[in-house]
Amino acid sequence: MAAVAEFDSVGLRYGSGAEVLRDLDFRLRTGSFYFLTGASGAGKTSLLKLLYLAQRPTRGRIKLFGQELSEAPREALPPFRRRIGVVFQDFRLIRHLSAFDNVALPLRVAGARDEEVEGPVREMLAWVGLADRASARPPTLSGGEQQRVAIARAVINRPELLVADEPTGNVDSEMANRLMGLFTALNRLGTTVVVATHDVSLISATPGAQLIKLENGTLDDPAGALRHPHQKRSS
Amino acid sequence: MLDWLFVSPPERRLLGAESRRAPTPWVIAIMSFSIMLIAATGLALSNTAGVLSRAIQSRYALEVPAGGTELAPLLSALRSSPGVTSVEAVPETAMRKTLERWLGPAANSADLPVPALINFDVAQGVDLGALEKKAQAIAPGARIAAHRDSVAPLLHSLTLLQVVAFGLVLLLSAAAAAAVVLAARGALDTHRFTIDVMHGVGATDLQVTHLFQRKIAIDALIGSLAGGVAAAAVLLLLAGGAAFAGEFTGGATLGLEDFIILALLPLALTALATWVARTAVLRALREAL
Repeated sequence: MAAVAEFDSVGLRYGSGAEVLRDLDFRLRTGSFYFLTGASGAGKTSLLKLLYLAQRPTRGRIKLFGQELSEAPREALPPFRRRIGVVFQDFRLIRHLSAFDNVALPLRVAGARDEEVEGPVREMLAWVGLADRASARPPTLSGGEQQRVAIARAVINRPELLVADEPTGNVDSEMANRLMGLFTALNRLGTTVVVATHDVSLISATPGAQLIKLENGTLDDPAGALRHPHQKRSS
Repeated sequence: MLDWLFVSPPERRLLGAESRRAPTPWVIAIMSFSIMLIAATGLALSNTAGVLSRAIQSRYALEVPAGGTELAPLLSALRSSPGVTSVEAVPETAMRKTLERWLGPAANSADLPVPALINFDVAQGVDLGALEKKAQAIAPGARIAAHRDSVAPLLHSLTLLQVVAFGLVLLLSAAAAAAVVLAARGALDTHRFTIDVMHGVGATDLQVTHLFQRKIAIDALIGSLAGGVAAAAVLLLLAGGAAFAGEFTGGATLGLEDFIILALLPLALTALATWVARTAVLRALREAL
């Protein structure tokens, strides 16, 4: 099966500090569901940043959607970012925009006209149960509602890769299950999903999902299930 | 090319409610006001120099140190010379009045030898050497002097003042550009979160830049027009109406071309501010991933 993302000997350091990620070799298969786990400080958020092109690796190569992007020029990245949906732990909603405008942002950035935005955004807000909160601004929404707006924004463009950083960290267990339901529904539609979480119950409640475990910036993959095929042959 | 100026309401909302409390329009207004006044002064000086220069371009003086005893034949000789378009003797009373400034009442003494002076204009190509020899044959010691030589220091000073005015316009424009760069950086810092989110969902640098470019262009247009209108009002008040430049510069007035240049200055300042803002924002964005 084709890979959405391929990491080859990837390392990352911030400034002149020690490497926070080391020798990452793995591939994410298209249409799969992954949980990224690891202790705090293991490098989960850094790995996600590499995945959603917010950070460049300091060494190694990263291929996304079949394209080598580690050293791609800056202006080459936006089209790839549009194929990735991101859900942040802190939601990252623009406070002065309504829920509708927040969700519509990726469509507008992609050049959709107003009449092309209205229907999909209303539909997406209904899908996350916020049809009646379209004009509300983030500060007036509860944590769970903000998280759902963030998810709606992440998936409005039908991304090929959905990356979520602790998406259930700020919501109760009932809402967490509901959000995971949204993710699995999206995954069934063909989106590759990567969820960083500490919550073991979420992992056990998602059959078929694969684990990516990070320990001190390295991949804990003794069986090589996540590694690149050519490395499996040589090992 | 100007599509960035016409963004949809949702795009406008991205930077939040636009506030006119920001200092940019005020700074630009002050710069525009000063630039307009200095430019008007520079143009008036240029016109004055032009008027003066044209007036004396072909004017000469025949100086006769021995006085006016040979005045009549000299006048006749000049008038009959080909290429001499006008001849006018300076009356002795006028000469004595001029000398009075230095000599006081002694200038009117009959014992004082007063040189004679004949002003004349010539057409292009007249042989002044031959004309001078002709005059010397009548009045030995007579010599021809060009008016432009005596006015040259004044014209030089006027040129220097024009250069200074032009330099000040450039300096003020540079100061306005620097203010715009600071405003653009401030706006980027203020909206850093929104920019990050936009980049995250795939916005290009140009898309982000257009938002700020538009905002600063509107601020600059408002500021420069306000400053321009204020400067125009001051110029009219100072000059007392349409004849302002005439009185101000001793004859020279601001022409239609000058008014067009002055009217275009606020627009030029707006264009400069917009270009500077675009460059500053793009450069700042490129420093990020």
